[in-house]
Amino acid sequence: MAIDEGLKSELRKAGVFVTTVEDLYNWGRKNSIWPLQFGLACCAIEMIAAACSRYDMARFGAEVFRPSPRQADLMIVAGTVTKKMAPLAVRLYNQMPEPKYVIAMGACAISGGPFKEGYNVLKGIDRYIPVDVHIPGCPPRPEALLDALITLQKRIEQDHLTGKHRLRAYDKEQKAEWPVPEYGEHDLEPPSNPDVWKPEPMKRPEAK
Amino acid sequence: METVDQIKDRIEAALPGVRLAIEGKSLVVDRQHLLDVARFLKTDSELAMDYVSNLCAMDWLPSQIKTRECDREVVRNLPGHLEVVYDFYSTAKKHGPVQLRCRTEGREGTPSLPSITPLFRGAEFQEREAFDLYGIRFEGHPDLRRILMWDGFKDFPMRKDYRPPDDYEWEPTPHDEVLQQTKKHWPAPPPAPVKPA
Repeated sequence: MAIDEGLKSELRKAGVFVTTVEDLYNWGRKNSIWPLQFGLACCAIEMIAAACSRYDMARFGAEVFRPSPRQADLMIVAGTVTKKMAPLAVRLYNQMPEPKYVIAMGACAISGGPFKEGYNVLKGIDRYIPVDVHIPGCPPRPEALLDALITLQKRIEQDHLTGKHRLRAYDKEQKAEWPVPEYGEHDLEPPSNPDVWKPEPMKRPEAK
Repeated sequence: METVDQIKDRIEAALPGVRLAIEGKSLVVDRQHLLDVARFLKTDSELAMDYVSNLCAMDWLPSQIKTRECDREVVRNLPGHLEVVYDFYSTAKKHGPVQLRCRTEGREGTPSLPSITPLFRGAEFQEREAFDLYGIRFEGHPDLRRILMWDGFKDFPMRKDYRPPDDYEWEPTPHDEVLQQTKKHWPAPPPAPVKPA
Protein backbone atom coordinates (compact mmCIF):
# COMPACT_ATOMS: atom_id res chain seq x y z
CA MET A 1 0.00 0.00 0.00
CA ALA A 2 1.52 3.25 -1.10
CA ILE A 3 1.39 6.21 1.19
CA ASP A 4 0.33 9.57 -0.15
CA GLU A 5 3.54 11.59 -0.51
CA GLY A 6 1.90 14.82 0.67
CA LEU A 7 0.54 13.18 3.80
CA LYS A 8 3.92 11.62 4.47
CA SER A 9 5.60 14.99 4.24
CA GLU A 10 3.02 16.63 6.53
CA LEU A 11 3.45 13.90 9.12
CA ARG A 12 7.22 14.20 8.96
CA LYS A 13 6.94 17.93 9.77
CA ALA A 14 4.95 16.92 12.81
CA GLY A 15 7.72 14.56 13.87
CA VAL A 16 6.04 11.35 12.74
CA PHE A 17 7.96 9.11 10.40
CA VAL A 18 5.74 6.88 8.31
CA THR A 19 6.94 4.18 5.96
CA THR A 20 5.91 0.81 4.62
CA VAL A 21 7.49 -2.55 5.22
CA GLU A 22 8.23 -2.69 1.51
CA ASP A 23 10.14 0.60 1.52
CA LEU A 24 12.05 -0.30 4.64
CA TYR A 25 12.91 -3.71 3.27
CA ASN A 26 14.08 -2.32 -0.08
CA TRP A 27 16.03 0.45 1.63
CA GLY A 28 17.86 -2.12 3.71
CA ARG A 29 18.56 -4.40 0.78
CA LYS A 30 19.75 -1.73 -1.60
CA ASN A 31 22.30 -0.41 0.86
CA SER A 32 23.80 -3.76 1.73
CA ILE A 33 24.30 -5.59 -1.54
CA TRP A 34 26.76 -8.40 -1.05
CA PRO A 35 28.42 -9.31 -4.35
CA LEU A 36 29.80 -12.71 -5.14
CA GLN A 37 33.57 -12.76 -5.32
CA PHE A 38 33.78 -14.13 -8.80
CA GLY A 39 35.98 -12.91 -11.64
CA LEU A 40 36.46 -14.53 -15.02
CA ALA A 41 38.95 -12.37 -16.90
CA CYS A 42 40.53 -8.92 -17.08
CA CYS A 43 37.30 -7.10 -16.12
CA ALA A 44 37.73 -8.67 -12.69
CA ILE A 45 40.80 -6.47 -12.24
CA GLU A 46 38.61 -3.39 -12.73
CA MET A 47 36.11 -4.89 -10.30
CA ILE A 48 38.91 -5.28 -7.74
CA ALA A 49 39.94 -1.68 -8.39
CA ALA A 50 36.35 -0.59 -7.82
CA ALA A 51 36.37 -2.39 -4.49
CA CYS A 52 39.71 -0.94 -3.38
CA SER A 53 40.32 2.34 -1.60
CA ARG A 54 40.59 4.64 -4.63
CA TYR A 55 37.05 4.00 -5.92
CA ASP A 56 35.73 2.24 -2.83
CA MET A 57 32.51 0.40 -3.50
CA ALA A 58 31.98 0.37 0.27
CA ARG A 59 30.58 3.90 -0.06
CA PHE A 60 27.54 2.29 -1.67
CA GLY A 61 27.26 -0.56 0.77
CA ALA A 62 28.59 -3.27 -1.51
CA GLU A 63 32.02 -3.97 -0.13
CA VAL A 64 31.44 -7.39 1.38
CA PHE A 65 32.54 -9.67 -1.43
CA ARG A 66 31.38 -13.12 -0.41
CA PRO A 67 33.39 -16.21 -1.28
CA SER A 68 30.25 -18.36 -1.19
CA PRO A 69 27.25 -17.96 -3.50
CA ARG A 70 24.96 -18.86 -0.60
CA GLN A 71 25.77 -15.55 1.11
CA ALA A 72 25.64 -13.31 -1.97
CA ASP A 73 22.89 -11.13 -3.45
CA LEU A 74 24.66 -9.93 -6.57
CA MET A 75 26.66 -11.74 -9.18
CA ILE A 76 29.04 -9.52 -11.13
CA VAL A 77 29.90 -11.50 -14.25
CA ALA A 78 33.24 -9.81 -14.87
CA GLY A 79 34.92 -11.06 -18.01
CA THR A 80 34.76 -13.51 -20.88
CA VAL A 81 32.42 -16.41 -20.24
CA THR A 82 33.88 -19.39 -22.04
CA LYS A 83 31.59 -22.22 -23.01
CA LYS A 84 33.50 -24.40 -20.58
CA MET A 85 32.81 -21.92 -17.77
CA ALA A 86 29.15 -21.18 -18.60
CA PRO A 87 27.57 -24.19 -16.80
CA LEU A 88 29.57 -23.33 -13.69
CA ALA A 89 28.41 -19.70 -13.80
CA VAL A 90 24.79 -20.83 -14.10
CA ARG A 91 25.25 -23.29 -11.24
CA LEU A 92 26.72 -20.55 -9.04
CA TYR A 93 23.72 -18.38 -9.89
CA ASN A 94 21.36 -21.22 -8.97
CA GLN A 95 23.06 -21.54 -5.60
CA MET A 96 22.50 -17.89 -4.69
CA PRO A 97 19.50 -17.21 -2.46
CA GLU A 98 16.63 -15.07 -3.74
CA PRO A 99 16.32 -12.17 -4.22
CA LYS A 100 19.36 -12.12 -6.48
CA TYR A 101 20.67 -9.82 -9.17
CA VAL A 102 23.19 -10.01 -11.99
CA ILE A 103 25.44 -7.34 -13.45
CA ALA A 104 27.07 -8.36 -16.75
CA MET A 105 30.28 -6.38 -16.83
CA GLY A 106 32.21 -5.70 -20.00
CA ALA A 107 31.83 -6.39 -23.70
CA CYS A 108 32.53 -10.12 -23.33
CA ALA A 109 29.99 -10.79 -20.62
CA ILE A 110 27.24 -8.96 -22.46
CA SER A 111 27.85 -10.25 -26.00
CA GLY A 112 31.09 -12.15 -26.41
CA GLY A 113 32.87 -8.90 -27.22
CA PRO A 114 36.05 -9.10 -29.27
CA PHE A 115 35.96 -12.89 -28.95
CA LYS A 116 32.44 -13.28 -30.35
CA GLU A 117 32.26 -16.17 -32.85
CA GLY A 118 35.22 -17.76 -31.08
CA TYR A 119 34.98 -21.52 -30.75
CA ASN A 120 34.90 -21.47 -26.97
CA VAL A 121 33.25 -18.13 -26.18
CA LEU A 122 29.67 -17.74 -25.05
CA LYS A 123 27.91 -14.83 -26.75
CA GLY A 124 26.81 -13.21 -23.54
CA ILE A 125 25.79 -14.66 -20.18
CA ASP A 126 22.23 -13.39 -20.79
CA ARG A 127 21.70 -16.51 -22.90
CA TYR A 128 21.35 -18.53 -19.71
CA ILE A 129 20.56 -16.25 -16.76
CA PRO A 130 18.51 -13.05 -16.46
CA VAL A 131 20.79 -10.00 -16.38
CA ASP A 132 19.64 -6.84 -14.60
CA VAL A 133 22.32 -4.36 -15.65
CA HIS A 134 24.61 -4.55 -18.68
CA ILE A 135 27.82 -2.52 -18.68
CA PRO A 136 29.54 -2.06 -22.05
CA GLY A 137 33.26 -1.30 -22.24
CA CYS A 138 36.46 -3.21 -22.65
CA PRO A 139 37.07 -3.10 -19.77
CA PRO A 140 34.55 -0.71 -18.21
CA ARG A 141 36.12 1.79 -15.85
CA PRO A 142 35.46 1.36 -12.13
CA GLU A 143 33.16 4.39 -12.33
CA ALA A 144 31.02 2.46 -14.81
CA LEU A 145 30.72 -0.41 -12.37
CA LEU A 146 29.74 2.03 -9.62
CA ASP A 147 27.16 3.53 -11.97
CA ALA A 148 25.78 0.06 -12.65
CA LEU A 149 25.58 -0.54 -8.92
CA ILE A 150 23.65 2.70 -8.42
CA THR A 151 21.35 1.74 -11.32
CA LEU A 152 20.75 -1.57 -9.60
CA GLN A 153 20.05 0.18 -6.31
CA LYS A 154 17.42 2.34 -8.00
CA ARG A 155 15.89 -0.80 -9.37
CA ILE A 156 15.87 -2.56 -6.02
CA GLU A 157 14.14 0.50 -4.57
CA GLN A 158 11.22 -0.18 -6.88
CA ASP A 159 10.82 -3.88 -6.16
CA HIS A 160 7.44 -5.02 -4.89
CA LEU A 161 6.73 -7.61 -2.26
CA THR A 162 3.12 -8.08 -3.25
CA GLY A 163 1.00 -7.57 -6.32
CA LYS A 164 1.37 -8.60 -9.91
CA HIS A 165 4.95 -7.40 -10.32
CA ARG A 166 6.24 -8.79 -7.07
CA LEU A 167 9.74 -10.11 -6.65
CA ARG A 168 10.55 -13.55 -7.98
CA ALA A 169 11.29 -14.66 -4.43
CA TYR A 170 7.71 -13.98 -3.34
CA ASP A 171 6.08 -15.51 -6.38
CA LYS A 172 5.47 -19.22 -6.02
CA GLU A 173 4.49 -19.47 -9.67
CA GLN A 174 7.99 -18.52 -10.81
CA LYS A 175 10.70 -21.08 -10.95
CA ALA A 176 13.74 -20.67 -8.76
CA GLU A 177 16.21 -22.71 -10.75
CA TRP A 178 17.72 -22.13 -14.16
CA PRO A 179 18.65 -25.15 -16.28
CA VAL A 180 22.39 -25.72 -16.34
CA PRO A 181 23.66 -26.32 -19.90
CA GLU A 182 25.45 -29.57 -20.63
CA TYR A 183 28.68 -30.02 -22.54
CA GLY A 184 27.70 -31.31 -25.96
CA GLU A 185 29.75 -32.78 -28.78
CA HIS A 186 29.99 -29.51 -30.71
CA ASP A 187 28.43 -26.85 -28.49
CA LEU A 188 26.65 -26.38 -25.21
CA GLU A 189 23.30 -28.16 -25.00
CA PRO A 190 21.07 -26.20 -25.30
CA PRO A 191 22.93 -23.22 -26.87
CA SER A 192 20.65 -20.82 -24.99
CA ASN A 193 17.76 -20.86 -22.56
CA PRO A 194 14.65 -19.76 -24.51
CA ASP A 195 12.92 -18.63 -21.30
CA VAL A 196 15.61 -16.02 -20.72
CA TRP A 197 17.11 -15.31 -24.12
CA LYS A 198 14.70 -13.84 -26.64
CA PRO A 199 16.70 -12.37 -29.51
CA GLU A 200 15.20 -10.16 -32.13
CA PRO A 201 13.86 -12.39 -34.91
CA MET A 202 15.83 -12.48 -38.15
CA LYS A 203 14.42 -10.05 -40.66
CA ARG A 204 14.66 -10.34 -44.37
CA PRO A 205 15.58 -6.98 -45.89
CA GLU A 206 12.82 -5.57 -48.05
CA ALA A 207 13.41 -6.22 -51.74
CA LYS A 208 13.94 -3.07 -53.74
CA MET B 1 75.87 -20.89 -31.29
CA GLU B 2 76.51 -22.87 -34.42
CA THR B 3 74.60 -22.10 -37.60
CA VAL B 4 71.72 -24.23 -38.76
CA ASP B 5 73.92 -25.86 -41.41
CA GLN B 6 76.56 -26.82 -38.88
CA ILE B 7 73.95 -28.30 -36.55
CA LYS B 8 72.44 -30.22 -39.45
CA ASP B 9 75.83 -31.65 -40.43
CA ARG B 10 76.65 -32.65 -36.87
CA ILE B 11 73.27 -34.33 -36.36
CA GLU B 12 73.59 -36.27 -39.61
CA ALA B 13 77.11 -37.33 -38.69
CA ALA B 14 76.13 -38.42 -35.18
CA LEU B 15 72.89 -40.19 -36.06
CA PRO B 16 73.30 -42.46 -39.04
CA GLY B 17 70.21 -42.71 -41.21
CA VAL B 18 68.84 -39.30 -40.27
CA ARG B 19 68.29 -36.92 -43.16
CA LEU B 20 67.33 -33.35 -42.32
CA ALA B 21 66.10 -30.60 -44.58
CA ILE B 22 66.52 -26.89 -43.95
CA GLU B 23 63.54 -24.64 -44.45
CA GLY B 24 64.16 -21.05 -43.55
CA LYS B 25 65.73 -21.13 -40.11
CA SER B 26 64.35 -24.49 -39.12
CA LEU B 27 65.34 -28.11 -39.48
CA VAL B 28 62.73 -30.46 -40.87
CA VAL B 29 62.89 -33.90 -39.37
CA ASP B 30 60.80 -36.94 -40.19
CA ARG B 31 58.53 -38.64 -37.67
CA GLN B 32 60.73 -41.69 -37.08
CA HIS B 33 63.77 -39.68 -36.06
CA LEU B 34 62.18 -36.82 -34.14
CA LEU B 35 62.93 -38.33 -30.74
CA ASP B 36 66.54 -39.17 -31.68
CA VAL B 37 67.18 -35.65 -32.91
CA ALA B 38 65.54 -34.10 -29.85
CA ARG B 39 67.62 -36.34 -27.60
CA PHE B 40 70.76 -35.30 -29.48
CA LEU B 41 69.92 -31.62 -29.03
CA LYS B 42 69.41 -32.18 -25.32
CA THR B 43 72.44 -34.33 -24.58
CA ASP B 44 75.00 -32.82 -26.92
CA SER B 45 77.53 -30.93 -24.79
CA GLU B 46 77.93 -28.14 -27.35
CA LEU B 47 74.22 -27.40 -27.78
CA ALA B 48 72.74 -28.55 -24.42
CA MET B 49 69.20 -27.61 -25.39
CA ASP B 50 67.36 -28.16 -22.13
CA TYR B 51 64.24 -26.05 -22.65
CA VAL B 52 61.33 -26.19 -25.09
CA SER B 53 60.08 -22.64 -25.12
CA ASN B 54 57.34 -23.19 -27.64
CA LEU B 55 55.57 -26.01 -29.37
CA CYS B 56 52.94 -24.99 -31.83
CA ALA B 57 50.96 -26.74 -34.50
CA MET B 58 49.93 -25.70 -37.99
CA ASP B 59 47.34 -27.01 -40.37
CA TRP B 60 48.16 -27.19 -44.06
CA LEU B 61 45.35 -27.95 -46.45
CA PRO B 62 46.15 -29.86 -49.66
CA SER B 63 47.59 -27.38 -52.15
CA GLN B 64 49.06 -27.08 -55.59
CA ILE B 65 52.40 -25.49 -56.37
CA LYS B 66 52.94 -24.24 -59.91
CA THR B 67 56.50 -23.78 -61.09
CA ARG B 68 58.06 -23.25 -64.52
CA GLU B 69 60.68 -25.72 -65.60
CA CYS B 70 62.19 -25.39 -69.10
CA ASP B 71 59.22 -23.43 -70.44
CA ARG B 72 56.82 -26.00 -69.08
CA GLU B 73 54.43 -25.38 -66.28
CA VAL B 74 54.80 -28.07 -63.66
CA VAL B 75 52.04 -28.55 -61.12
CA ARG B 76 52.90 -30.39 -57.97
CA ASN B 77 50.17 -31.53 -55.59
CA LEU B 78 51.09 -31.18 -51.94
CA PRO B 79 49.04 -33.40 -49.67
CA GLY B 80 47.50 -31.80 -46.61
CA HIS B 81 49.32 -32.34 -43.35
CA LEU B 82 49.64 -31.06 -39.81
CA GLU B 83 52.96 -29.63 -38.76
CA VAL B 84 54.46 -29.07 -35.32
CA VAL B 85 57.19 -26.50 -34.73
CA TYR B 86 59.47 -26.90 -31.72
CA ASP B 87 61.68 -24.10 -30.38
CA PHE B 88 64.57 -25.30 -28.26
CA TYR B 89 66.69 -23.04 -26.09
CA SER B 90 69.59 -23.71 -23.77
CA THR B 91 69.34 -22.16 -20.34
CA ALA B 92 72.76 -23.56 -19.42
CA LYS B 93 74.59 -22.10 -22.41
CA LYS B 94 72.19 -19.16 -22.82
CA HIS B 95 71.71 -19.61 -26.52
CA GLY B 96 69.02 -20.58 -28.95
CA PRO B 97 66.68 -21.11 -30.56
CA VAL B 98 67.06 -24.25 -32.61
CA GLN B 99 63.83 -24.76 -34.46
CA LEU B 100 62.61 -28.20 -35.46
CA ARG B 101 59.64 -28.96 -37.64
CA CYS B 102 57.92 -32.29 -37.89
CA ARG B 103 54.99 -33.23 -40.13
CA THR B 104 52.27 -35.81 -39.84
CA GLU B 105 51.17 -38.08 -42.59
CA GLY B 106 47.89 -36.64 -43.87
CA ARG B 107 45.45 -34.65 -41.79
CA GLU B 108 42.41 -36.93 -41.62
CA GLY B 109 41.28 -38.18 -38.22
CA THR B 110 43.92 -37.84 -35.53
CA PRO B 111 47.33 -38.32 -37.14
CA SER B 112 50.14 -39.06 -34.77
CA LEU B 113 53.61 -37.81 -33.93
CA PRO B 114 56.06 -39.03 -31.29
CA SER B 115 55.80 -37.15 -28.00
CA ILE B 116 58.87 -35.36 -26.67
CA THR B 117 57.38 -35.09 -23.18
CA PRO B 118 59.51 -37.99 -21.83
CA LEU B 119 62.56 -35.86 -22.76
CA PHE B 120 61.23 -32.38 -22.00
CA ARG B 121 58.56 -32.22 -19.29
CA GLY B 122 57.76 -28.63 -20.29
CA ALA B 123 56.21 -29.89 -23.51
CA GLU B 124 53.44 -31.75 -21.67
CA PHE B 125 50.76 -29.04 -21.62
CA GLN B 126 51.75 -27.67 -25.02
CA GLU B 127 51.34 -31.10 -26.58
CA ARG B 128 47.98 -31.41 -24.88
CA GLU B 129 46.99 -28.07 -26.38
CA ALA B 130 48.10 -29.14 -29.86
CA PHE B 131 46.09 -32.33 -29.40
CA ASP B 132 43.07 -30.40 -28.20
CA LEU B 133 42.96 -27.79 -30.95
CA TYR B 134 44.49 -29.62 -33.93
CA GLY B 135 43.93 -33.29 -33.15
CA ILE B 136 47.52 -34.47 -33.30
CA ARG B 137 47.93 -37.64 -31.25
CA PHE B 138 51.31 -37.60 -29.48
CA GLU B 139 52.45 -41.20 -29.04
CA GLY B 140 54.12 -41.73 -25.67
CA HIS B 141 52.54 -38.73 -23.95
CA PRO B 142 51.80 -39.69 -20.31
CA ASP B 143 48.43 -37.93 -20.06
CA LEU B 144 47.00 -36.94 -23.42
CA ARG B 145 43.65 -35.30 -22.70
CA ARG B 146 41.95 -32.15 -23.91
CA ILE B 147 43.21 -29.12 -22.00
CA LEU B 148 41.05 -26.15 -23.10
CA MET B 149 37.86 -27.73 -24.41
CA TRP B 150 35.77 -30.20 -22.44
CA ASP B 151 36.33 -33.94 -22.71
CA GLY B 152 33.19 -34.75 -24.70
CA PHE B 153 34.03 -32.22 -27.42
CA LYS B 154 34.45 -33.86 -30.81
CA ASP B 155 35.88 -31.17 -33.10
CA PHE B 156 39.34 -29.68 -33.43
CA PRO B 157 38.63 -25.97 -33.51
CA MET B 158 41.90 -24.64 -34.92
CA ARG B 159 41.75 -26.86 -38.01
CA LYS B 160 41.11 -24.88 -41.15
CA ASP B 161 38.04 -26.95 -42.00
CA TYR B 162 36.42 -26.43 -38.60
CA ARG B 163 32.92 -24.96 -38.81
CA PRO B 164 31.50 -23.50 -35.63
CA PRO B 165 27.97 -24.46 -34.59
CA ASP B 166 25.36 -22.46 -36.44
CA ASP B 167 24.03 -20.18 -33.73
CA TYR B 168 24.12 -16.92 -35.60
CA GLU B 169 21.68 -14.39 -34.33
CA TRP B 170 20.47 -11.03 -35.44
CA GLU B 171 23.30 -9.01 -36.95
CA PRO B 172 22.81 -5.32 -37.71
CA THR B 173 24.94 -5.32 -40.86
CA PRO B 174 25.59 -8.86 -42.04
CA HIS B 175 28.14 -9.22 -44.80
CA ASP B 176 30.30 -11.87 -46.47
CA GLU B 177 30.25 -15.19 -44.64
CA VAL B 178 27.95 -13.87 -41.93
CA LEU B 179 25.47 -12.79 -44.61
CA GLN B 180 25.48 -16.25 -46.17
CA GLN B 181 24.90 -17.73 -42.74
CA THR B 182 22.18 -15.21 -41.95
CA LYS B 183 20.32 -15.98 -45.16
CA LYS B 184 19.75 -19.52 -43.96
CA HIS B 185 17.76 -18.14 -41.04
CA TRP B 186 15.62 -15.68 -42.92
CA PRO B 187 11.95 -16.53 -42.93
CA ALA B 188 10.49 -17.54 -46.26
CA PRO B 189 9.25 -14.65 -48.40
CA PRO B 190 5.54 -14.00 -48.11
CA PRO B 191 3.48 -15.83 -50.75
CA ALA B 192 2.76 -13.82 -53.88
CA PRO B 193 -0.79 -12.40 -53.87
CA VAL B 194 -3.12 -14.50 -55.95
CA LYS B 195 -4.55 -12.50 -58.83
CA PRO B 196 -8.29 -12.72 -59.10
CA ALA B 197 -9.28 -14.56 -62.23
